Amino acid sequence: MSKILNKILSKYSGDKSDLIPILQDIQSNLGYLSEEAIIAVSKFAGIPESEIYGVATFYTQFRFTPVGKKHVMVCKGTACHVKGAPQIIEGIERHLDIKEGEVTFDMEYSLESVGCLGCCALAPCAMVNEDVESNLTLKDVKKIFSRMKRESKNNDCN
Amino acid sequence: MNFNQLVTESVEEYNALFEGDTPIILVGSATCGKSAGAQEISITFKAELEKQGEIAKVIDVGCIGLCYLEPVVTVIKKGMPAIFYDEVTPKLAKKIVKTYIMGNDPMPEHALGSFGEKQIEGIPELFNIPVMKPQVRRILRNCGFIDPENIKHYIAVGGYTGLNRALQIEPGEVIEKIKLSGLRGRGGAGFPTWMKWQFCIDSDEDEKYLICNADEGDPGAFMNRSLLESDPHSVLEGIVIAAYTIGAKEGYIYCRAEYPLALDRLKHAISEMREQGFLGEDILGTGFNFNIKIKEGAGAFVCGEETALIASIEGKRGMPRTRPPFPTTYGLWGKPTVINNVETMASVSLIMQGGHNQFIKYGTEESKGTKTFSLVGNVRNTGLIEVPLGTTLRQVIDEIGGGIINNGKFKAVQIGGPSGGCLPESFLDTKIDYDSLTMAGAIMGSGGLVVMDQTSCMVDVARYFLEFIQNESCGKCVPCRLGTKQMLDILTDITQGKGKSEDMDLLLELAEGIKDGSLCGLGQTSPNPVLTTIKFFKEEYDTHINEKKCPALLCKELIDYQVIVEKCEGCMLCLKSCPVGAVSGIKKELHSIDKEKCIKCGTCIELCSGKYNAIERVSKY
Repeated sequence: MSKILNKILSKYSGDKSDLIPILQDIQSNLGYLSEEAIIAVSKFAGIPESEIYGVATFYTQFRFTPVGKKHVMVCKGTACHVKGAPQIIEGIERHLDIKEGEVTFDMEYSLESVGCLGCCALAPCAMVNEDVESNLTLKDVKKIFSRMKRESKNNDCN
Repeated sequence: MNFNQLVTESVEEYNALFEGDTPIILVGSATCGKSAGAQEISITFKAELEKQGEIAKVIDVGCIGLCYLEPVVTVIKKGMPAIFYDEVTPKLAKKIVKTYIMGNDPMPEHALGSFGEKQIEGIPELFNIPVMKPQVRRILRNCGFIDPENIKHYIAVGGYTGLNRALQIEPGEVIEKIKLSGLRGRGGAGFPTWMKWQFCIDSDEDEKYLICNADEGDPGAFMNRSLLESDPHSVLEGIVIAAYTIGAKEGYIYCRAEYPLALDRLKHAISEMREQGFLGEDILGTGFNFNIKIKEGAGAFVCGEETALIASIEGKRGMPRTRPPFPTTYGLWGKPTVINNVETMASVSLIMQGGHNQFIKYGTEESKGTKTFSLVGNVRNTGLIEVPLGTTLRQVIDEIGGGIINNGKFKAVQIGGPSGGCLPESFLDTKIDYDSLTMAGAIMGSGGLVVMDQTSCMVDVARYFLEFIQNESCGKCVPCRLGTKQMLDILTDITQGKGKSEDMDLLLELAEGIKDGSLCGLGQTSPNPVLTTIKFFKEEYDTHINEKKCPALLCKELIDYQVIVEKCEGCMLCLKSCPVGAVSGIKKELHSIDKEKCIKCGTCIELCSGKYNAIERVSKY
C-alpha cells in the first residue's frame, strides 16, 4: 500500500492547493481514503490530519471505507426524482440487501446515491462504475444485476 | 505555422473528409448517447465496415440534443444530404451499412431527418421537424456535427477566429464588443459579463485569475456537460479570450468529477490547444501567455457559489464567505478573479467569431441572444435545446417538448434548480428571460426545465428540494443549516399525513428568516421551491394537512395499492414479483393485496400496467 501511496504523492509538490487532487488521486487508485493514506498525506503536505479529515468529509465524493467491485451510484436529480428514482433506489436496496452507503458482504456491490449525473433526459438513471444505465424501471434493476452477475462469472472463469 | 495557414490546412482536411468519396458515419457519443448504447453502435459499425474493407469512416461526435431519440447516427455520403437515423440498434446499424452505405437506399422509414442542400423524398429536413423548428442553434451549432477530439474540425468551422481577432485588438475593445452584445452571465443570475470583466480590470493588482465554472450542480440540468462533451473548444476559446481581456496569466476550469467524459474531452482539447499554440507561452505569436488547469470538483453543490468555489480550488472546505469584497477584487489567492459559467464562455467565442450584431439578432431588449436548456421530466421530447431568450414556456413545453408524456396533464414546470421555483399552467405564457422569470417568482438558473404532470406531488417536490439543500448546506450559517432542517421536517410530516394546521404559517416564517439571514445564494434562495409551491399549489398542501390525502397519489404513507376486481385476470405476475409476498391468489382467479404487508414499492403496478392495468393506487384515508 505505502508503495502505491508514495508513487501517487511523488506526482505532487505538496502545495496546499493540491490537497483535494491528491485525495482524489488516492481514492481513484485505492478505492477509498484509508487511515494510512490520510497519515501519509498529512506528513507529505504538512497539513494536520484533522484538517484533512475536515476537508475530506466536506465533499461527498470522498469515502473512508472500501467500495464494492461494482459501485452503483443512483442519480437523485430532479428529473430522476420526478420519474421515480426513490423507487429505483429502494428496488436496488432490496435486490442487493444493503442500504444506501453500504457494501455487500462479498464486497461485490456497493450502493450510493448522487446529486445529479447529468443524464436527465434519460431519467431515471444510475451509474455502475463508469457506465451509465438510463430509463430505468424496477424490471431493469433485476435484469441489470443478473447480467452483471453473469458477466462477473464469465470474467472469473477467464 | 501561422494561424491563417492552420485555418487553410484545417479546412482542407475537413472538406476532404466530409466531401470526400468515403461516406462518414457520425455516432452521437455524449454521455446520454453512450447510456443509450452508442458505444455498441459505434463498435457494430466499425466491425461491419471492417468486413467490407473500410468503405466508410466512423467518428464519435457529441450530442445534437435529441436525447430521447438516442442513439442518433448521422450518415454523410457524397452528393447526398446528411441523414439522421434515430434509436439506432445494432441490427439497424448493420442494415444502414448494407442498404445505404453499400446500396443506395437511404431508408426513409428509419430516418429522422436530413440536413443539406438536396432533399430526399420521405425524409423531412431535420431543422423543420417540430422539435427542432422553434430552436435556434448558436451555442450548440457544432454539437453533433464535429469531432470533439479533433481541434482541426473546430477550426475548420470558424473556431479560434474569435481568439485571433481578440488578440489583434486592445482588451478595452474586446470589452466594448461584449458590452454591445448585451451578454449576461449564463450561470443564472444574469450579471452583465462585460461589467464583471471591467471590475477585474479596474483593480490595482497585476496578478489576476480567470475561472470557468463547470460545476453544474443543479439537479436536472446538463447543458454544460453536453457542451463540454460535444464542443469543448468553443468553451476553451472563450476562456482564453476572457483571460486576455482581463489580463490573467493563469486560469482554472472547475468541473464536476461526476462528468468523466467531459473531463476527458477537456483534457484532450487542452493538449491540442497547446500543440497548436492557443495556450502556453506567446499565444499566436502575440506575446500573450496563458495556462489552464483543470480542477475536479468533489461533489459539493455549494461550490457553484463563487467564493466557495475559490475556497475549494485553494484546497479548503468549500465554504462561502461574505461579499463584498467580490472575487473581482479579492478572489483566488486574494487576487482579482473572474468566474464565468461554461455557456458564458461559449457565448464569448460566438460573439468574437461572428460579431455582436449577429448575437443580438435574437433575444429581448434586456436579455440578448439564445440560451440552452435541458428540457426534462414528464415531457415527450426530452433533451438539450437552444432557443432565443424571450421564447415562452408554452412554446418550449408544447412545441419543442411535444407536450406531456402518456397524454397526461401539465401541472408545473420547475425552473432554476433548488434556487428556482415551480410555475403552474397560468404562467405558461411567461417569456423565458432573466427579468420575466424573476417577476414570476422563479429564476433562470443554469437552465434546467423540469416538467411535471399530475403524477408529481408538489409537496413532495418541495420536500425533495429541501432534502437536497439540507444535504448540501455547508453548515456555516445557522438559518441555512438549522432553518432548512426545520422546513424539511415539517414538509416530511405533511407528506406523511402528520401535518398540522399551523405548519403553513411556520413554513412561511422560516422561509423569510432563511432568506434574510443566510450568507450565500444557496441559503438565501433555498426556500424558493417551498414558497412557489405554497403560492401556486396551496390546495395540495391543504389536502395533505386537512384530509391526509395526496392528490397525486404519490406520498407513500397516504396511499394504498389495490387490485381492480373487474380487470384482474389472475395472471400471477404481481404475485410472483412482489418482494414481500403481499399478493395472494391462485392462477386465473382474482388476486388481492395485503395492505399490512405491502411496502408500496410499485413493482406490481409496473408489471401490470400496459397489460391489464388491474392495480391502482388509492387514498388510504
